[in-house]
Amino acid sequence: MAQLAAVVGVGQTKYKTKRKDVSIAGLVREAAQNALDNAGLTWKDIDAVILGKAPDMFEGVIMPELYLTDALGCNGKPMLRVHTAGSVGGSTAIVAASYVQSGVFQRVLTVSFEKQSESNAMWALSNPQPFSPHLNAGAGGYFAPIIREYVRRSNAPYDAGIKVAVKDRLHGARNPLAHLQLPEITMKEVEDSPMLWEPLRFLEACPSSDGACAMVITNEELASQSPGTPAWIRGTAMRSEPTMYAGREQVNPQAGIDCAKDVYKQAGITDPRKDLDCAEVYVPFSWYEPMWLENLGFADVGKGWELTMSGATSLDENGDIPWNPSGGVLSSNPIGASGMIRFAEAAQQVRGQAGGHQVDGAKTALGHAYGGGAQFYSMWVVSSEKG
Amino acid sequence: MSAAAELLSQEFTLGYTYTRTTGPVVGEFLTALRDRKMRGIKGSDGRVLMPPMEYDPVDAAALSEFVDVADCGEVVSWTWVSQPRKAHPSDSAFAWALIKLDGADTAMLHWVDAGDESAMKTGMRVKARWANETKGFITDINGFVPEAVALVADYVESDAELEPISGIECPSYMTYNFTAGKATARYLAQLRNGKLVGQRCPNCANVYIPPRGSCAACGVPTEEEVELSNKATVESYTIVYIPIPNNPIKPPYVIANLVLDGANLSFLHLLSECDNNNVRIGMRVEAVWKPKEEWGYAMENIKYFKPIDEPDMPVEQIGKQKSGE
Repeated sequence: MAQLAAVVGVGQTKYKTKRKDVSIAGLVREAAQNALDNAGLTWKDIDAVILGKAPDMFEGVIMPELYLTDALGCNGKPMLRVHTAGSVGGSTAIVAASYVQSGVFQRVLTVSFEKQSESNAMWALSNPQPFSPHLNAGAGGYFAPIIREYVRRSNAPYDAGIKVAVKDRLHGARNPLAHLQLPEITMKEVEDSPMLWEPLRFLEACPSSDGACAMVITNEELASQSPGTPAWIRGTAMRSEPTMYAGREQVNPQAGIDCAKDVYKQAGITDPRKDLDCAEVYVPFSWYEPMWLENLGFADVGKGWELTMSGATSLDENGDIPWNPSGGVLSSNPIGASGMIRFAEAAQQVRGQAGGHQVDGAKTALGHAYGGGAQFYSMWVVSSEKG
Repeated sequence: MSAAAELLSQEFTLGYTYTRTTGPVVGEFLTALRDRKMRGIKGSDGRVLMPPMEYDPVDAAALSEFVDVADCGEVVSWTWVSQPRKAHPSDSAFAWALIKLDGADTAMLHWVDAGDESAMKTGMRVKARWANETKGFITDINGFVPEAVALVADYVESDAELEPISGIECPSYMTYNFTAGKATARYLAQLRNGKLVGQRCPNCANVYIPPRGSCAACGVPTEEEVELSNKATVESYTIVYIPIPNNPIKPPYVIANLVLDGANLSFLHLLSECDNNNVRIGMRVEAVWKPKEEWGYAMENIKYFKPIDEPDMPVEQIGKQKSGE
């Protein structure tokens, strides 16, 4: 039986287009130091560091674990890098948690980052491949046809995506760390923004951000001595599937369904909409909210958009199941860190430390990340109660 | 009809000119180099680290106390490069060396222009040879030379008020020789002859084009080749309003997921000669090939797909049809 582990410290940077004042090491350090401060700990207290970042082409840093050893205080300590494309922030947190749950380490620092301003993630996803036609127009170009098929199947109204784009930016305006600060955004503004990959408009897509996120995860005994409320990790799950095979369900991928079922079972969740108080879910393009509402069991297949349109996922409309109260990936997207931000924001909600985007009385929350061609999934459920 | 597998190789460069923000410590080091000065930093234990580190390697403390060190010192260790390569700092034979500058407690890596290997020895004294023109980069030190060598300074000085260094360019390019696997080579060889040939999974009977030599669903190798028609069905699509870097296609253009008749997995290709507003899931299209003399080992032999006058395929049938077995 695995031991209980908890998040006792969360640190983030301010997310913005360009952090010109710091090196990558300085950026990562800022988040890590904030997490230690939040946990009331120092570098000496950490047993091991688990690091995650996006695919190497994104920043041209091939061995971040080597470069960042000094900045992350790893002298004489184990250091490990995790790598699962866009879901990496989530899977890094899960690897860190598993070291504590297994009893290998007592106190682990986990960090992930991205400095998109030093490269071009759009280009890194679309470089020409040998013997292949060069037709990859970025992540949006890959996901837009899948979204189109979702709209066809579900008969969703054309503005369900626009509604998510507005809702997540209004949430982001409550979060001082969010990259995009658009408190005045309207449905019309999103609708009038340039079409990029039909049916996706500019304001329905995530920004490019610099930023880092870190957490301190400890065992039960140390968590109980922690100054703040621990976020107890009640379940963790990861699933993968190949990108390309005949018959693959791309709109509602099986790996996501299975991953959610697994994490809910561990956490004793039978009805996610009722049993969870909020969710931080990886939604880089607006339409992925209704799609993941179905994939994660918050709505029946074909009905996700109805939940979105009803305001159920909106803090500002007093929805019963707020999604992405922090503003989500649509408000801040340092890719390598985006998954961990979801996990960390879920923890902050149940710790009562989410500030202006706190969901009143939140006890149990879902953190979710996906990556690659929607083929890697990682999820955790955290709670203010041990269970 | 199986073509003999040819060995197909293609040179392929992966890279990007990354930029790096230096942060305050590395920025200070590079700004000092531009002024032909060496600047280290004091570590937590009082040692002078050169080049300066942002964080102490022992106790992880953030460091900020800069210390000037000399531009001469001693070789701690070295290795001789008798045949320099293109990316090396010198055209003639040289030494990579760890050099401990006077006033520093750690050694930094640079190169020594010693002329001959016999001139190199551990413990020898060397001094920096500054570049005539500096820009705030590690190459502002144009190598080190033995201390006895007389240097003539012919520096280009600028009166301009320069900003401190806060960023640098870091081009990173790697050229690979990519060799296509057996399945891809056979598929490309058929494409060269104007034929679309996929492979059938012996287990689930699904047909893959391009074939990858295995079925990802069943985890078994695929061998049987299946020639497919020029006709396909639109599984889904997007109208793209932004250009693809280094691709001449002008927006807006339609990128479609197309399933060839007899195949069970889509691939991406361009849709053209169509009304962008009337593209539909289920729409029937066919390949428009380039002139035969332009054919190569590439899917680009097909310029694009265009609509044909056939009724749309019912959505539930797209990609589900099994070719004649």
